[in-house]
Amino acid sequence: MIAIAVLSGFVLAVFAPFVHRLTKPLSGWVLAALPAAIFFYFVQMMPQIAHGETVRAAWDWVPSFGVTLSFYVDGLSLIFALLISGIGAFIVAYAGGYLKGHKDHGRFMGFILAFMGSMLGLVLADNLITLFVFWELTSITSFLLIGFNHDKPRSRRAAIQALVVTGGGGLALLGGLLLLGVAGGSFELSELLASGSIAENPYYLPIFLLVLAGAFTKSAQVPFHFWLPNAMEAPTPVSAYLHSATMVKAGVYLLARMNPILGGTDIWELVLPVFGGITLLTGTLLGLRQTDVKQILAYTTVASLGLLVMLIGIGTDVAITAAVLYLISHALFKGGLFMVAGSIDHSTGTRETVRLSGLGKVMPLTALAGLLAGLSMMGIWPFFGFIAKEVIYEATLHHDPRMWITAVAIIGNSLMLAAAALVGLRPFFGKLLQTPKEPHEGSPSLWLGALTLGVLGVVFGMMSHFSGEYLVAPMASAIGGRDIHTALHLWPEVSLPLALSGVTIFLGFIWFWQIDHLRSLLYAATQRLWGPDHGSDQFLAALVRVSKNLTGLLQTGRLNFYITFTLTMLALTLGIPVIAYGLLPTSIVLPDVALHIYGVFGLTVVGALALLFARSRLQAILSMGVTGFSVALIFLIFGAPDLAFTQFMVETLSVVIIALVLLRLPVDTYDRRDFLPSLRDAGLAISIGVAFTSIMMAIGAEPLDLTLTEYFAANSYLEAHGRNIVNVILVDFRALDTLGEIAVVLVAGLAALALIKVRDGILTSPDANRVTREDEA
Amino acid sequence: MTLTDWTVVLPVALALGGTALCAVFWWRPVIQSAIGIVITLLMLVSAGVLVCTVATEGPQTMAMSGWPGPFGIVFAVDLLGAGLAFVTALVGLLILIYNFGDQSSDYRRVGYTPLLLAMLAGVSGAFLTGDIFNLYVWFEVLIIGSFGLLILGGKKAQLDGAIKYATLNLLATTFFLIATGLLYGLTGTLNMADLASKVAAVDNRALVNVVAALYLLAFGMKAAAFPLFFWLPASYHTPKPGVSAVFAGLLTKVGVYALYRVFTLIFPASDTIFADLLIWIAGATILAGGLGAIAQTDIRRLVAFTVVGGIGYMLVGLALQSPLALTGGLFYIFHSMLISTALFLAVGIAGRLGGSYDIAKLGGLYRARPAFAMMFLVVLFAVAGVPPFSGFWPKVVLVQASLAADAPWLAGVILVGGFLTLVAVARAFAAAFWDNGEEEPPRATHYGDRVGALMLPTLVIIGLSVLMGLAAEPVVQLAGQAAAGLSDPSAYIEAVLGGSE
Repeated sequence: MIAIAVLSGFVLAVFAPFVHRLTKPLSGWVLAALPAAIFFYFVQMMPQIAHGETVRAAWDWVPSFGVTLSFYVDGLSLIFALLISGIGAFIVAYAGGYLKGHKDHGRFMGFILAFMGSMLGLVLADNLITLFVFWELTSITSFLLIGFNHDKPRSRRAAIQALVVTGGGGLALLGGLLLLGVAGGSFELSELLASGSIAENPYYLPIFLLVLAGAFTKSAQVPFHFWLPNAMEAPTPVSAYLHSATMVKAGVYLLARMNPILGGTDIWELVLPVFGGITLLTGTLLGLRQTDVKQILAYTTVASLGLLVMLIGIGTDVAITAAVLYLISHALFKGGLFMVAGSIDHSTGTRETVRLSGLGKVMPLTALAGLLAGLSMMGIWPFFGFIAKEVIYEATLHHDPRMWITAVAIIGNSLMLAAAALVGLRPFFGKLLQTPKEPHEGSPSLWLGALTLGVLGVVFGMMSHFSGEYLVAPMASAIGGRDIHTALHLWPEVSLPLALSGVTIFLGFIWFWQIDHLRSLLYAATQRLWGPDHGSDQFLAALVRVSKNLTGLLQTGRLNFYITFTLTMLALTLGIPVIAYGLLPTSIVLPDVALHIYGVFGLTVVGALALLFARSRLQAILSMGVTGFSVALIFLIFGAPDLAFTQFMVETLSVVIIALVLLRLPVDTYDRRDFLPSLRDAGLAISIGVAFTSIMMAIGAEPLDLTLTEYFAANSYLEAHGRNIVNVILVDFRALDTLGEIAVVLVAGLAALALIKVRDGILTSPDANRVTREDEA
Repeated sequence: MTLTDWTVVLPVALALGGTALCAVFWWRPVIQSAIGIVITLLMLVSAGVLVCTVATEGPQTMAMSGWPGPFGIVFAVDLLGAGLAFVTALVGLLILIYNFGDQSSDYRRVGYTPLLLAMLAGVSGAFLTGDIFNLYVWFEVLIIGSFGLLILGGKKAQLDGAIKYATLNLLATTFFLIATGLLYGLTGTLNMADLASKVAAVDNRALVNVVAALYLLAFGMKAAAFPLFFWLPASYHTPKPGVSAVFAGLLTKVGVYALYRVFTLIFPASDTIFADLLIWIAGATILAGGLGAIAQTDIRRLVAFTVVGGIGYMLVGLALQSPLALTGGLFYIFHSMLISTALFLAVGIAGRLGGSYDIAKLGGLYRARPAFAMMFLVVLFAVAGVPPFSGFWPKVVLVQASLAADAPWLAGVILVGGFLTLVAVARAFAAAFWDNGEEEPPRATHYGDRVGALMLPTLVIIGLSVLMGLAAEPVVQLAGQAAAGLSDPSAYIEAVLGGSE
């Protein structure tokens, strides 16, 4: 059943374009039925999970490698699954209205559903490899969705950038997960969780760093934050769903999931809060620099992810509870605000905060949704965001260095509050301004989701007992790996956290009030700064440049170079072992043979030397012939007449053929060569020759195994009925080789025929030269 | 002898016979095509039967002319050889179908089918023979066949590529021949199963290592391993895509197969310096392929470099030699045979649609042909090793094997290589498919005539690759069984020599 819940998204994704075509005006609602059904399936599991039970289901996938298609439902994965399917249902419906009339609407619905399946798989996977498969699938679907408006260079750049960052992090994660599986003794998360921390394992540090690389890239932590704001090139439903409510939280999910296994160590409690804190401040500051509503939301998402990482890093019961509270409330309000931003964009034609004002009168329901979400984000009583903020301060106040952490949290939260007011409140109040399109309230699909999420933000806050029991406690316990039951209070006690809330709200309103000054200040401070966004372009450009240069070193396009290089490799392959093993002959003993044999040997040398100093091509060919024929003579003298005859034939034919070819080329040209290349080639030739000679002599000194020779001698006449052993070998013992060689001759003939015919212009179809000539390199 | 016994040699015999038959019908391209289809179909069936037989009954042998090993030539087939012969026949069949759509009938008139069949004979022979000199003969057959295919069309760029290809490959085979001569001088035998024990018995290990080094050089060059891969990107982009596809799918794998065979059976790498050397070669090949792919502006050259990179992954499996690593390496070989072929087939369709192979000039195919674009994307992700496609599993296994072999840097190289390929393919996809350029409305694209013949084999092979990714277990099992046969070749040796001793 869980598998159906996860995989059905992919199945429907394939058919989504058809379903869309059939049910056009209502396709969003129709397709939303699946996420809604999945949502209710997970809802009915809530009581069970809240009572501390877990559900695991597994099927074999690649059992030889220990990969199972296994799913594990506990408090952590269940809440995530609820958010993914619940928000997913609204997003699918929303996309139905938002993209109405878009030519690729059906394809878009398919991508969104495929993403939902991937994301569900990611959070529910029990097997580490299965988790990774879904992790990468979210990167792929995100790539396709960011590049949805593929005509725009900015979309393409953002899509590649996101894929490179998250894909690169993903590969690190794969390494980390594989190491974890080995170090922890299991590839099932449920078993790893049961056996607890692996902090003592020698592989702990590499695992930690690799997992962190995966989580930080996916969840846009500084310095990998830059891809997320760029990903806003995607249509707004994508921004709302992938790049705020769900996918970017995959890194946070991973850290939360790994907390019982990797958490609690000094380095964990140092690195996570530091990077999280920096990300929180960077995100909020860069966010307030923006005027585009979606950009502001994107940067505050970066900041929120930083806050979550920071809280998980602190790792106390209260901090984990705070992380859970904030994660849920963030998914609700940020998803809602993005949908509101999209609706405003859809209805007015602009997303610039400075041009949006007074929309509350014309878009009352959207305004209400924005207000509810905005207030929750600001952390105003009695919203869920308020409770989250109280607990956050309680957590920061109880962890050293408390001053620093709390200060970071206060500054971050207050800046976030200003951003929330800017996006959730300001567009709806004041005087209505002129916008590119006449503003109007959208269809229900455009406001219903945002409104529902906004209302939930209040409901969860008001019913803090319920949400504490069914949402927060199970999830916090799963993250902590221990029973965590922090009581939630709607009515705050008069305490330090409450006072800090007051400070936060006060500061936030100051930022909001002075937003224009703040913005120009931030803009002036950062505009000349080098940032990793620019850096990623530089990285890619440098990578391409380096690739070109390195590849060009070997891939020169010149055959001359290729041959020289190959022969150099040969010289090294032979020369190094010859010298290392001392195979060079120490003394040369002249064999005791008749003088005329020395003459024949001398002839080969004379031929070779004449070749070297030949003044014309014809002379060179003839010199080569001299060497060839004298080699044949050697064969003849040493009792291999068959070989000698073959050699005579080959040499005669080569000389004749080459001479014929030369008839069409200038015969008397002297191929002058420079001294250095000649020296290089001479060196190569001599070292290869010396090496081969040494090896041959060494092998000649070894005893010769004559089993085959004796067998051939014994059977040649009696069994194969031939007196000439060489002939019998060729036509019987090893007849297949001969057959093969005959085939070579035949095919060479066919190829030559083909070449000649092509040259004669038989191939004159226009197709033959349609693709322009492209020489190598 | 039953008919199933004959399957050991049937793929080669069929292909050679087909070549001869086509030569008889030289002026009848239609008959040639029909012969080609029938022959490759029969090859597929016989290789399929062979795979089943070998999987259940162990290695099969057949002594040529009835002379038993090690005296005559013995064809000896284990699961690896049978599996490779099967994929060879499959790729051959699909390519022949593809070429119905790819090439004008003029092309077939100048000998396309016989040359292809000759090449298939060489490739299958290399996978099936148990004799190292006979292996050399099949190398010659496949080189001359592929050279003929390469020059069909006679464009200047093709001749340039073909000359580089032929020169460098003949150099490599010459090294192979010399090495075999030396080996014979050292041991007095050419039968690979016999060589296993004879080489082990040679006292002078220095000479054994020299010969092994020469084999490594020769086969490494055939396989397009670093640093001797330049012949591949110099030539693979020049012929028709259907020809490039069959080259990319089959030819380098013959070199890899020879390395696997020689360095497990004759010179087991685990107890020589070659294991270390291979690791370096493998790592460098992976990186060279990835970087090379990023550097390209012609999509065919990009694909050619991904083929090079793939060789590196296969060599990792051989270098580490653990059962896990060998399984991963073999899985990668099968994955790469399918996906390299698929890539060039798809590139051919893209080129026809876009009228160019220049990534910058292609443009707009996503708008015009969304279904084809998604198909293409699947292949690109598969070659980059992105899950859940077929390239992912071997990568995972090889990373695991590297970690188990205490070579974390090699695991890193494998992952970085995947990253580089991912960057290359993502950039190429964005430029060639997403970018509509300045043209508004987007340009018209036409598949042209006989698109079905192009699409059918492309879809089949992509489908197989996807299936290999989603349902990897059967392939893993076969690869594991084949790997076990390499780790412990006693069954292979027994099958070859059992009768004569």
